[in-house]
Amino acid sequence: MNAPVLNLAAESPLVTTRLTVPGMKCAGCIGKIERELAKTPGIAAARANLSAKRVAISHDPALDEGALAAALLALGFESQPVTDNPLASDDADHQRLTRALGVAGFGMMNIMLLSVSVWSGAEGATRGLFHWLSAAIALPVVAYAGRPFFASAWMALKHRRTNMDVPISIGVILATCMSLYETITGGAHAFFDSAVMLLFFLLAGRALDAEMRTRTRAGIGALLGRMGKSASVIGPDGATRRVAAKDLAPGMLVLVAAGEALAADGEVVEGRAALDNSMLTGESAPEPVAPGSLVHAGAINMGAPLKMRLTHVAEDTALAEIARAMDEAGQSRSTYVRIADRASRLYAPVVHTLALMAFAGWLAAGAGWHASLTIAIAVLIITCPCAMGLAVPAAQVVASGALMRRGLLVKDGSALERLAECDLAVLDKTGTLTLGTPRADIASLDPQARSIALALAQTSRHPLSRGLAAACLREGVIPAVVEDIREAGGSGLAGRWQGLGVALEKPEDASDTLATTLRIGETRQVIAFADPLRPDAAAAIAALAAEGLPARILSGDRAAPVAAIAAALGLPAQGGADPRAKLAALEALKADGHRPLMVGDGLNDGPALAAAHASIAPGTASDASQQAADAVFIGEALMPVALAVRVAKACMRIVRQNFGFSIAYNALAVPLALTGQVTPLVAAIAMSVSSLVVIANSLRLAGAAPGAPK
Amino acid sequence: MTGLVLLIPIALGMGLLGLVAFLWSMRAGQYDDMEGAAHRILIDEAGPGEDAP
Repeated sequence: MNAPVLNLAAESPLVTTRLTVPGMKCAGCIGKIERELAKTPGIAAARANLSAKRVAISHDPALDEGALAAALLALGFESQPVTDNPLASDDADHQRLTRALGVAGFGMMNIMLLSVSVWSGAEGATRGLFHWLSAAIALPVVAYAGRPFFASAWMALKHRRTNMDVPISIGVILATCMSLYETITGGAHAFFDSAVMLLFFLLAGRALDAEMRTRTRAGIGALLGRMGKSASVIGPDGATRRVAAKDLAPGMLVLVAAGEALAADGEVVEGRAALDNSMLTGESAPEPVAPGSLVHAGAINMGAPLKMRLTHVAEDTALAEIARAMDEAGQSRSTYVRIADRASRLYAPVVHTLALMAFAGWLAAGAGWHASLTIAIAVLIITCPCAMGLAVPAAQVVASGALMRRGLLVKDGSALERLAECDLAVLDKTGTLTLGTPRADIASLDPQARSIALALAQTSRHPLSRGLAAACLREGVIPAVVEDIREAGGSGLAGRWQGLGVALEKPEDASDTLATTLRIGETRQVIAFADPLRPDAAAAIAALAAEGLPARILSGDRAAPVAAIAAALGLPAQGGADPRAKLAALEALKADGHRPLMVGDGLNDGPALAAAHASIAPGTASDASQQAADAVFIGEALMPVALAVRVAKACMRIVRQNFGFSIAYNALAVPLALTGQVTPLVAAIAMSVSSLVVIANSLRLAGAAPGAPK
Repeated sequence: MTGLVLLIPIALGMGLLGLVAFLWSMRAGQYDDMEGAAHRILIDEAGPGEDAP
């Protein structure tokens, strides 16, 4: 890289660029990135965020994203620039809720302190002073912490609808105004404590819900993130210039360097290389290309530089086409109504009617408007869905935490709800039932050959080399000392060991099976690769069936290998399905009244993942598939899929119990409130107890995710 | 009653202090990377040992 001459002491201010680094996993990675990156000329400092899998680099503006990515790649980390951050609004939302929760908590504790004194018998001037102090704390707290509810209620009212936030807002505002009136006129009862406490508990529920959304989604990059952002276009005079992906036009001649992602579809005109197409297909083996081959945006050039003529650009690429299909398929899911919203649609009108009836009833009975309004407010506050607001998020946060510890990240609460409703599992083959990464069979190699193979393989990022290195490391092989190792794109690795030429080469007969040849001096040995089934595939499928989800295979692979795996697992199967066919199969299942759970990894599964009632992708899946799926599981076992369904069902049982409890509590409390028996003290105690019971019940889920049966 | 003049501002002040500390820690990004903070303690500052990723 011909780094521009940099003048660090110069006047040019540093700029900060953020990159997503999915491979960052441990303290070693953080240390390596922060220490080594800062040594690169032009980079002033790097700061890694492990939770978000991001690295913020402050650097000289002369360095572009490509140079930063190259510096990270030199350290062994793949990265993608964070262009537009789809999670930023979520993050801001989460922060606002947490701040509001802190403010409400502060207000609640201080007002409660004053209220307890009033309840224990403070009278006259002391009571007046305490009420005034409470008002001084409550008014700003309600105005600040209540905003999320007021805004949502206002939106609902503007569209002539009602939601859970409407009774909450009315209750809180009425209670505050009424208490203010009481305070000014020197009355005996003020409701400031109830109003602020209600806000606190409800905000706790909201904050939990937001926490769950942001936490588990952090590691998942944005769709199209890996599609090349720009390309080197070769002009008529032979000079190259960088052109942004959106400005490319069909017919342009483009030079693709090794390691670069393709920015558009095209046809190779010069050069031979291997392309990593895993973004599109999820297949692990790189695809060899030669002049005449059609190549697609999103593929990464793993070999020598290529020249290609563009055929489809920007919105017309195969990748964009699939993205559109996913978008359309995902529309149906956005109409899914969360269980809490379904409950509130039934609940909110009842609460309004009850409060109004209480007011009108007491007024008719001659209680005076002041007493009637006090009772109506008591009804609104006591029925306000405090426990209900916590019923769903508390259970879902505990359940997703339990699943996270077992290697499954659920993106949000609605995913858990939909997972629990599935009645059929559709599985992809490559990368889902199988591991998707080639495994080397090194049984035939002697220890010396193994150590040489490891020394060669560990220097390369080629999937076969990685598979070989992983197999050797699992056997505890120590790498031999091999000198001047060179990697020739497309043909293999070569080096020198004790004066002998050693190499990993392409086998001579280019057959279907994946294999490589290990050459030591003049002796050659073939190392075969296989893509084995996940070790617990059969057990996981049995566990899914036990949960009432019979499985079937839907694969884009050829019919013969699909049939072989289907026979081994005893499942019905359909092979040779392209993305459209997969989508059609899912739509057909839904039309039959099924609620399919889709498990798949490739981008070819993307539309099907988006269309399914719920979907899960392995952590090795393409970015787009992880984006489309509701949950992502990590590791070699398939059992987390069955576990996810089991925990989701347990979670919904707890949610239903929580709802049952809330309704029973309200059924008990409402008559008391209607008859005017509820004092602020009773309301405060009842509210806290019901919330605590719901949280305690939800915590039972933490132990409800038993380990996979051995 | 005179005790209240002293005690109530103290109680409120301590509550406010806690709130300000919480808001400050949030703004300072102390909750941004809980996982990373747990791992950072393991980084050997001057260590020459380069862990493999």
